[in-house]
Parts: sequence; C-alpha cells; structure tokens
Amino acid sequence: MQHDKDFESIEEHEHHHHVVPPRIYITILLALLVGTAATVGASYIDLGPLNPVIALAIAATKMILVVLFFMHVKYSTKLTKLTVGAGLFTFLILVGMTLSDYWTRAWGRW
Amino acid sequence: MSTATIVSLPDQSTARIPRMNFMSKEKGLLSWLLTGDHKRIAMLYLVSITFFFFIGGAMAGLIRLELLTPQSDLMATDTYNKVFSMHGIVMIFFFLVPSVPATIGNFLIPIMIGAKDLALPKINLLSWYLYMAAGMLGLYAMATGGVDTGWTFTTPLSTHYLNTNVITTGLAIFIAGFSSIFTGLNFIVTIHKMRCPGMTWFRLPLFVWSNYAASILMVLGTPVLAITLVLVVLERTAGIGVFDPAKGGDPLLFQHLFWFYSHPAVYIMILPGMGVISETVSTFSRKRVFGYTAVAFSSVAIAVFGFFVWAHHMFIMGISNYSMLVFSLLTMLVAVPSAIKIFNWAFTLYKGSITFETPMLYSFGFMGLFTIGGLTGVFLASSGTDIHLTETYFIVAHFHFVMVGGMLMAFLAGVHFWWPKMTGRMYPEKISQLAALVTFIGFNFTFFPQFILGTLGMPRRYATYPPEFQVLNVFSTAGATILGVGYLLPILYLTWSLKYGEIAGDNPWQATGLEWQIQSPPLTENFPAIPIMDHEAYDYEWLEGQKEKVASV
Repeated sequence: MQHDKDFESIEEHEHHHHVVPPRIYITILLALLVGTAATVGASYIDLGPLNPVIALAIAATKMILVVLFFMHVKYSTKLTKLTVGAGLFTFLILVGMTLSDYWTRAWGRW
Repeated sequence: MSTATIVSLPDQSTARIPRMNFMSKEKGLLSWLLTGDHKRIAMLYLVSITFFFFIGGAMAGLIRLELLTPQSDLMATDTYNKVFSMHGIVMIFFFLVPSVPATIGNFLIPIMIGAKDLALPKINLLSWYLYMAAGMLGLYAMATGGVDTGWTFTTPLSTHYLNTNVITTGLAIFIAGFSSIFTGLNFIVTIHKMRCPGMTWFRLPLFVWSNYAASILMVLGTPVLAITLVLVVLERTAGIGVFDPAKGGDPLLFQHLFWFYSHPAVYIMILPGMGVISETVSTFSRKRVFGYTAVAFSSVAIAVFGFFVWAHHMFIMGISNYSMLVFSLLTMLVAVPSAIKIFNWAFTLYKGSITFETPMLYSFGFMGLFTIGGLTGVFLASSGTDIHLTETYFIVAHFHFVMVGGMLMAFLAGVHFWWPKMTGRMYPEKISQLAALVTFIGFNFTFFPQFILGTLGMPRRYATYPPEFQVLNVFSTAGATILGVGYLLPILYLTWSLKYGEIAGDNPWQATGLEWQIQSPPLTENFPAIPIMDHEAYDYEWLEGQKEKVASV
C-alpha cells in the first residue's frame, strides 16, 4: 500500500494530472444534489436563529466537496493546497472581523 | 549637487543599439497588439497608464483651480463632485494600481529571476485588454454624465440617492479588477515556478519580493471589491436590499466589504514602489541592502497586516466602539514593517558611496514624503484624533503624501532607473534632476498646506469653503502648478531621449541585478542561454570580479 502511494505521488509529479474515476464524480454529484435537497427541505422548518447556520453549513460542505474533488485540490501539490487555504483564511478574516463589529455594536461605550 | 557619478556609458562614437532586440524583432501594429512578450506588454501598459495619469491629472488641475477661491465659480457644485470622483477613480484604478507592477514589474520580474517570460503570456496580454476595456468604459461613463459618488461608492448615496453613471463606472472598475487579478496571478506563478537555477528565494532582488507581496493582495483582495460592486449594481437595478436597512440590510456592510479590498489596495499600490526604492538605494550607495531578509519579510508582513486594519476608514461611521479599539491597535502595527523598510534603507545609505542621479533623487523624495505620510497615518489610526481629523483635508494630505509623494516618486524613480534598460538610451541627466527637484518642491507646496487646512477643520469634497482658508488654498493651487510642470518635463525629455539619448550599454549604473547583465534593450528571449545565479543579490564584489574577468580576457 505504502509502495503504491509513493508510486502514485511520483506519477502525479511527472504528469501533473490525476485521473479521477467517474465513480467519484458521480458520488460527489449525488452528494451535492442531496445537499441541495437538504437546503430546500431545511427552509421549510423554522429553527429560529439556527436557520442561517444550517443553510450555511450545508453550503460550506458542498463547497468543500467541489473544491476537493471537482477542482482536484485533493490530488494537487501542497503549494496548491496552501494557495486555496490562503483564500479561505482571508475569507475568514473578512467574515470574522466584520462580525466583531456586529456582535459588539449594541454594547455601547467601553 | 555632487558631480560624482557611477554612470559608465560605452564609447558613443562606436556604440550602437543592438540590432536584435525585443522592439526590433517584429514590426507593425499587430505585432504589438497580439504579442505575448512581457516586455512589449509592459510598454503597452506604460503608454496606457501615462494616458490615464494625464486625464486624472487634468481633473486634479480642475479641482485645484476651483479651490483657488472660496466660492464655487469655475464649475457647478454637482460638476465639482463628478470631477473629484473621476479624479479618484482614474488615479487609483487606472493609474496607481497597475503603475509599477504592470509596467516595470511586467518588464523586469521575468528577467530578474532569470526566466524567458511570465508563466502565462496570453493571460498577461488579456490583462492589458481588460485594462483598456475598463478604461474606455470608465471614460465613456465620464463623457456621458460622469459619476458623483466619490471613488468609494458609499451606500446609500450610491444605491438610493444618485442618478449618475454608477452602474457603468462600477462595471468599469469590476473589469479593471480582473486585469489586476491576472497580473498578480501571473507574478505569483512565475516567481514560484520559473526561477533560474541557483535563484533561491533569498537571492531574489527585493523588487521581486515586494511585487510578490502585492500580487498576493491583488489575488486575495480584488475579488471582494468585484463582488461588492456587483452587489451595488444589483441593489440599484433589482433592489435586493443587502445594503438597505428597510429590507434588513446594512449600509455599513458595504463599507466593510469595500474597505476590505480598498485598504489592502493601498499596499497593492505602495509595495511595488518600495521594491523600486530598495533597488535604487542599493545601486546608488554601492552597498547591499541592509537587512535584506528583514526588508523581504516586511513586504510580506505589510501584505498580511493589510487585511486586518480596514475598519479604520469607518471610525465615525457608527461601527462598534470595541471594534474600533481593536482596529485602531491593529492599524498601528502596520507602522512596524513600514519603519523596518525606512530604517533599513537609511542604514544602507550609512557609509555607502552615495551618488545623486535622478532615480536616487526621486528615492530620497520617496523616503521623506512617505515617512510623513506614514506617520500621519499613525495619528489617524488613534481613534480619538481620527474623529477630529477624518473627512477633512488632513486625510487628503495624508494619503497624497503616501500615494503621490511616495508612490508616484517611486514610479518615476523606477522609470528613470530602468529607462536605459527598456529603451537602450539614457535620459538627459541634468534636466531630469531638475524635474525631480521641481516635483519635490511642487509636491510640498501643494499638499503640506492641506495638513494645516485639515487641522483647522476644512472638510474635503466641497467646492466652497470659508474665506479664512483661502491663503492656504492659494498656496496649494500654486504648488499644484509647479507639480504639473514637474510631471510634464519627464514626458517631454523621455520622449526626446528615445531618439537622441546617449546609448546606454548593458549596465550604465554598474548594478548587480540579472537585468543589467544582458543587452539593452533585451532580446525577446531575454537571455541567450538560461542563466545560473551563483551569487547573492546586490553583491558588488561579484560585479567587480566579473569586470576583472572581462578585462583579463
């Protein structure tokens, strides 16, 4: 198994293309469709403040599946993974620090 | 001024521009418009951004003329709003953002790292076409009525209250953003993948490091601006309500999103300029840049910190007091890597063998003016002072010290420094030294009075002001006239030098970078054979050794 893995990584390095079997693409497609159905379904149930949390959680999961499998990040070099990670990190700064304003706006003066 | 010089030109009676070079290889307009050569695309960019600079400059002239008197007499107040909005939009998106990276960076980064071209030549050409399309759309918006939101498109003004060309201008900036993303992407891939043998990360010239840092900002920040502008367009056309409190939205959300890009954009503009200064200070002091690693990492630090400070543009807009405290402290952190650069350049000068050619004069201008611009930024970072000074002329003076006093000086330093490499000919030294001096004097006359006007409370973005502010405004307008002369001179003598300048030879400055070891102007392929980097950056002893080798052969 270890041997196979090494062989695969050398192969990957030389050709820069990983052939993904159709089975995986179809599985991911189905997972995405299930996610879409779950989003629609969740919109009929009122969970109060959890409404956006659930919707965003499903969306984020779908996004991760697309990035990892359809965009081949799972089979890419560490540099590519780092690049994608940098984008996510920046996005988290945007959301997190913007929310720091919204969370504390009603606290009044310090 | 000292007459000592490091310039060493070939014998003018026998010297010729090399017959084979990137400009002579193919002739005709199409050979330029369909080129993949990074050097030709850089030249296309240089001409285009100069065009937009003069449009933005003409707007600046109109603003200063209007402010010569307290009343609104040259133009209607509405027109004034449009003029300052277009001045900001043109100068930021069509001049400053692409200024150094897309021209000097495009030309030099592949050569500095020992590569034949950028990694993605067609994307590079596409970025120029997108830039031109965006620029033309922007000019169209201006000609058909303009836009009066200011360059910041602040909601709800831009979404609810104005009937000017907000959508067209927004789309123009959207397209310009893609041009900028493509340039950044190209640089990142090229610097990672195409360095020549021996060119390790810590042998890269600092110009490459700073452009790399700016590229990261372009790629990570610009999409947020693009999305934000699309939201403004959707708000205007479909009323989606993201920024509308009546529909559960928040106008301040727009400012969070906008400044999340637009503050790092300041570093997109200034970082490549800092790279230029590292090159010139080293060359004209004949010394390796002091603290190379610290200067290299300070570029990356500025890029990273740049994402954590944006809300200092919003201290009086109604954000949370607690958030204000955090952003205020984080903003002051940016002063640290900026100071590292300034101090390291100063230490590079220490005991250096300094000469005062034009690029060095502009670099001195940069160091002084950027320091003032940066330090007033620390005043503004402390929220108490900011509440008094924001939206006054103090802000205007502060960012013009950084952007014009800093960045434009760095751009001109770079253009003069690499002009011999780009064109094969020298610019005329005396008159260009004069131009650098005129620019410096004109700049200070224009913008220093604005610091005082700001502390006295003169608000920005109005065509009229109380009569007691007139003296300082007249100073400022007079200074702008001198500054205008300072910018016109280079256009004239650089154009003149294309035909009549002295032949520069390979290495007129006795500089160490790979770009100076090849012919000027370079071959289309840059190097006759793939170079091997066997020494550190800024190694003047290595250069001496090379000369001795040539002499002994």
